[in-house]
Amino acid sequence: MSDLVSNLYVFVLAGFIGFEVIRRVSPLLHTPLMSLTNALAAIAVVGAIVLAGEAKSTLATVLGTVAIVAATSNVVGGFIITDRMLRMFKLSKQKP
Amino acid sequence: MELPNSSLIELVYLAAGILFILSLKWMSSPGTARRGVWAGEIGMLLAVCGTLLHHGIVDFRWIAVGLVLGSIIGARLGQVQMTAVPQRTALSHAFGALCVTLVGTAEFYLRSPDISRFMMAVISLEVILGSLTFTGSLMAAGKLQEILPQRPITYKGQNFVNLALLAIAVGAAVVLVLNPGLTYLFPLILALGLTFGVFMVTPIGGADMPTVISLLNSYAGLSAAAMGFVLDNKLLIVAGALDGSSGFILSVIMSKAMNRSFTNVLFGAFGQVQAAAAAAGEAKPVRSATAEEAASILSAASKVVIIPGYGMAVAQAQHKVRELYDILVKQGVDVSFAIHPVAGRMPGHMNVLLAEADIPYDRLLDMEEVNPEFPQTDVALVIGANDVTNPAARTDPSSAIYGMPILDVDSARMVMVVKRGMSPGFAGIDNPLYYMGKTLMLFGDAKSFVGGIIRELSGGGHQ
Repeated sequence: MSDLVSNLYVFVLAGFIGFEVIRRVSPLLHTPLMSLTNALAAIAVVGAIVLAGEAKSTLATVLGTVAIVAATSNVVGGFIITDRMLRMFKLSKQKP
Repeated sequence: MELPNSSLIELVYLAAGILFILSLKWMSSPGTARRGVWAGEIGMLLAVCGTLLHHGIVDFRWIAVGLVLGSIIGARLGQVQMTAVPQRTALSHAFGALCVTLVGTAEFYLRSPDISRFMMAVISLEVILGSLTFTGSLMAAGKLQEILPQRPITYKGQNFVNLALLAIAVGAAVVLVLNPGLTYLFPLILALGLTFGVFMVTPIGGADMPTVISLLNSYAGLSAAAMGFVLDNKLLIVAGALDGSSGFILSVIMSKAMNRSFTNVLFGAFGQVQAAAAAAGEAKPVRSATAEEAASILSAASKVVIIPGYGMAVAQAQHKVRELYDILVKQGVDVSFAIHPVAGRMPGHMNVLLAEADIPYDRLLDMEEVNPEFPQTDVALVIGANDVTNPAARTDPSSAIYGMPILDVDSARMVMVVKRGMSPGFAGIDNPLYYMGKTLMLFGDAKSFVGGIIRELSGGGHQ
């Protein structure tokens, strides 16, 4: 049960940090923000890796492998497109 | 001192968690945002490498297959056009939710029936959230890609049917928690979640997509956090909580910008049948102008604000708009852009489209920044936007969009609207802005009309 409580602590505190940090993101960057948080949440890939590698049952290996594909495509695609978008944001040369 | 593997992995995860938080912190401004992406990438690499040290892993073949295949698909999806970013985002929410649902399903069958009640409840939550986010996001992506009809599909009793589906799924989960032996309930819960996701997004139209994408983002994050509880993985809980709160904040911003209550958004009752389109009514007179007239008015102005809407992106006019911006700036006109929060198909989408067209981001002003500037603006040029400029939202309590925050275009000295014809906007609401004495309608396709103005400005010269 202590695991549950400490996990709950982590969840609530991370939620607060997320709220405070993301509130400060300029509306200018809301699209890259969403693709970045999406890539970060694809850290779920670590759960899928363990599942596919433990070879506990055929079902688990199959589901785990498909899950790795899905999450990895989010990691790679999310970081690539976020960086592509951010590279386009430029300041004007001659400030009026 | 030699650390056992599991403590080492925990420490690596802690470092990754710190990097994730820094990553989001650096996203706060365009100057540091790319550093944020690097921090996220390093954190991710650390976490994946750390996981490979896990002592339980006995077979790396399928892991390698999954990582390679996923990287190939991801690299392809990372190259989409900027106009297609909303559907790519919806698709990635679907993939994230798919991963969570599959892992939850596998965990259920590996552990069942020796699952504590608490764990059963969390697995059920994980799978319900994951499955509805999976199909809901696929529906949203299909609508955005226009594979599925964009118009909301509604019928009588829809909300009742949807809520009943969700209630049965939750009910079945409660029964399963109380009787972990009833494993046959699990596929039922999964099927109900998948069905609910489809039904949830069916009634939602294209204009509501910014809200629904944000909401699905939040669900995807929460389902990942639930997966973290199941696997007792704190890094996953942190990342899920960050993603969930980000989606939540964006949902609130979008629902405010669309003038919808938050409960309305939470329960997905977006697409209530819109008030019947404004009756044709008496044909009120409007003033229209040619590209030549528009060009001479623009070059005589000293301050111009351009209001782009999604219609501009549909017409692929953003590069022409950039040319217009360049010419006017060269002639000494102060030009800026007014961006309504729901100007694109997802939060911030319009900023990305304009940045792609090389318009400097310091010229992109959000609603709070730009509204006080309209009274000193000589010309407000509306291109492909409609409802977000409708003064009825401020003045007419009977209007369907009354109370929605709008860009106060009507307080500019002069208004020009590029529009194909007099058809009402997406919500079917007439816009009184078009009948004001200071408004000139520029009828035509956005791309070719702006092109016409550019020809006049560069050919005719400016004195």
